Amino acid sequence: MKPFRDMRLAEAFRIQLAAPDDFEDWRNAARRMIRADVPPDRITWESPADQSADLFAHGDRRLPPPPADAPQPRASRDFLQLAQSVILHSDSKRFSLLYRVLWRLQSCPRLMEDKADPDVRSMEDLARQVRRDIHKMRAFVRFRLVESVNSEQVEHYVAWFEPEHHILRANAGFFVRRFTTMRWSILTPRGCLHWDGETLQEGPPATRADAPSGDPVEALWRGYYASIFNPARLKIGAMLKEMPRKYWKNMPEAALIPELIAGAQAREARMVKAGEQDFGERPQSLDAIGDAILACRRCEIGCNGTRAVMGEGASTATLMIVGEQPGDTEEEQSRPFVGPAGRLLRTHLEEAGIPDRRTYVTNAVKHFKFLPRGKRRLHQNPTAKEIDVCRWWLDGERALVKPRLVLALGASAARSLLGKTVSVQKVRGEPHMLDDGSELWITTHPSYLLRLQDHGRAEEEIKFANDLRKVAARLSELFERGSPQD
Amino acid sequence: MSQLSVLERLEILADAAKYDASCASSGTTKRNSKGGKGIGSTEGMGICHAYAPDGRCISLLKILLTNHCVFDCHYCVNRKSSNTRRARFNPQEVVDLTLSFYRRNYIEGLFLSSGIVKSSSHTMEQLIEVARILREEHDFRGYIHLKTIPEADPELVAQAGLYADRVSINVELPTVAGLTRLAPDKSAPQIEGAMGSLKQAIVEAKDARKRFRHAPKFAPAGQSTQMIVGADAATDTDIVGRASTLYDRFRLRRVYYSAFSPIPDASAVLPLKRPPLMREHRLYQSDWLMRFYGYAPHEVQQAAGADGMLPLDIDPKLAWALRFRGDFPIDVNRAPREKLLRVPGLGVKAVNALVAVRRQRRLRLADVGKLTVSIAKVRPFIVAEDWRPVLLTDRVDLQSLLVPSVKPTQMELFA
Repeated sequence: MKPFRDMRLAEAFRIQLAAPDDFEDWRNAARRMIRADVPPDRITWESPADQSADLFAHGDRRLPPPPADAPQPRASRDFLQLAQSVILHSDSKRFSLLYRVLWRLQSCPRLMEDKADPDVRSMEDLARQVRRDIHKMRAFVRFRLVESVNSEQVEHYVAWFEPEHHILRANAGFFVRRFTTMRWSILTPRGCLHWDGETLQEGPPATRADAPSGDPVEALWRGYYASIFNPARLKIGAMLKEMPRKYWKNMPEAALIPELIAGAQAREARMVKAGEQDFGERPQSLDAIGDAILACRRCEIGCNGTRAVMGEGASTATLMIVGEQPGDTEEEQSRPFVGPAGRLLRTHLEEAGIPDRRTYVTNAVKHFKFLPRGKRRLHQNPTAKEIDVCRWWLDGERALVKPRLVLALGASAARSLLGKTVSVQKVRGEPHMLDDGSELWITTHPSYLLRLQDHGRAEEEIKFANDLRKVAARLSELFERGSPQD
Repeated sequence: MSQLSVLERLEILADAAKYDASCASSGTTKRNSKGGKGIGSTEGMGICHAYAPDGRCISLLKILLTNHCVFDCHYCVNRKSSNTRRARFNPQEVVDLTLSFYRRNYIEGLFLSSGIVKSSSHTMEQLIEVARILREEHDFRGYIHLKTIPEADPELVAQAGLYADRVSINVELPTVAGLTRLAPDKSAPQIEGAMGSLKQAIVEAKDARKRFRHAPKFAPAGQSTQMIVGADAATDTDIVGRASTLYDRFRLRRVYYSAFSPIPDASAVLPLKRPPLMREHRLYQSDWLMRFYGYAPHEVQQAAGADGMLPLDIDPKLAWALRFRGDFPIDVNRAPREKLLRVPGLGVKAVNALVAVRRQRRLRLADVGKLTVSIAKVRPFIVAEDWRPVLLTDRVDLQSLLVPSVKPTQMELFA
């Protein structure tokens, strides 16, 4: 047994460190105490920021001289690395924790590998909190541009931040590397950093009042923050976990959070309502669809006070002809294709040899969209959205009638069947497969023919007739193969 | 029409960009602004500069150059037939916004995408122009993620990789049928072709840099993609399978999942009901199992129920363990690392710590407890020095013992 030991047990020491985050200072003192064989419970550690919690702490400020033959203290690399983070923590017990682990390492060199050991775990916990604080400072510092007094001065960016631990000095390198060419200052209650583009200077603690109170760009940033937020997926817990409330007061965008949360549900409800297509169960008969469309108010046309027009024809027709929407006459009589365009269509169908008993005629959109002009109602094309909404009813008719062929007249009808807008002139005259296995043919709308004059009309009418002939041929082909009907 | 202010356009174009889930700013080369004329740095780990109440992080300025679009994809708020408000920025305006946000430490960089105007190649040129001005004229060294347009000229796509840290192409929907129905203007072979050529360019550039120190870097943070979940009929099994082929074929860094959420002015073809957000979370967990826990895709798929869906009430790892109880309990003092990673409740960190400690001494249940969040969850699946679950592993009601939050119902008194 060493002769000094019994005597030293009675002694206590107080060690005053130069700064709260000075690892080298702590390390030098600790090495000396280990060599002098002073056990952990005999030392009180202090730094300018950590006054001893124990009012009655006493001890010798003069450190004992280590015996000349004392061995050099040993510490694993894991310990040194972790300790450099731990020392930045604001917990005043960190110095004694580190010393205790260093003391234990002398007899148990692999202590750091025992992650379940309480002291090792405490070190890991403190280091993790420090790393998080460092990371959050990098994330949440917000610079504000200071109005320069004379225009020749370089722009100066100033931030106010309140770190929880002694991380300011340890974090300076990051900001220097990132904003090398900027002139900036970070003010905190624990001290300040100033970078002028070449050198880094430290300053005394500051207060919030020393920092600028606003920046015009913050309006843009707040606008961005509010817009990038998706109100349809509120996850407040996930936000709070990563951005706790304590940081909010120094972040310009955080002031918006309460109103964004409050408005979110309402905004989502509005979106869902605006896109309302929850039609419920599909009607089981054509009559049911006919009744239901009268009450349909899911788009603007549905709400314009006109009467919806249901399709008509053979309920097991092989050919379904789809127009755009009812016109003036159709709406008055509440029947499809009874106006001028309808008469033209019928003439052509007869010529092509397509019998009425095999067809069912209907429209892509069930209500009449028009612009009032005096006593007349001028036809207006439905929008893509209106066609898409009304598609529900057409799909219902197709599911019940189950036509083998579908003939779409014009671009609106084609969209309603294909789900996308196509150019009629490019896709006419050839079959397209629909997802229920039926065949789609596309041609122009007869009302388009009516609008043309002389030569152009004659030309288009020939093309139209050709298209119908092809459909007629396909129709009889299907019948020769033996169709259950007819 | 009067010209919209920068703020108004920023609001429209950020709003239009929010359905892209990716915001990562990590995994690129380390660089800083020392010795340069500009600002910016990337240090490996990404930084989330703010969090929105939707729980998503805000790391990059994520906007569209324009939300005008000639495509008509049903799930997209910017499709041609939607009557959303339209706006556009010119490249210089985006550059100015990026830099003034970056100087104030709001962001890590830029994530730029765009609706298709005029042609795919024209749009791609505009996107590249933004990146070029940032990199060449302002010596910007922050993070740039460019969304690539699969239909654009391959030369342009290659150019994008020279300025950007990350490039991405969205596969949009997990099945080809879904894509044809909901995105009629897009084609799956074209998207995959573009991803394939990006992979080629990334691999070639990496190879060149091994041989020539000054060979240009090409998208050092790799490529990623995004799939919309819940807009079509694809099951979780389909999605997991699709994601794993994408990882294999194109060496993607990440596959992002975006739970379909109601959009303003939605198309009539879409389902109105959104899938539970939890579904997206479970898919990400399954993604983790494959990337960090050594599960093969078919093993993750085994965790799904008969309907091909992962359970929503428990995580896929626990679901797998409950299904394959024969593999448990696992001896924490003897089992290899891969086996320990299969224990529900043990993460990668905890497993590493267990392996380190057991080199020194035998682990007791209390030791495991110190290294995990909840020993109750782990206990049925392990054997420790002083612990054996005996019949616990095989109890029929094990799931309800572990997940009491699933509405504990009062037992009948005389049941």
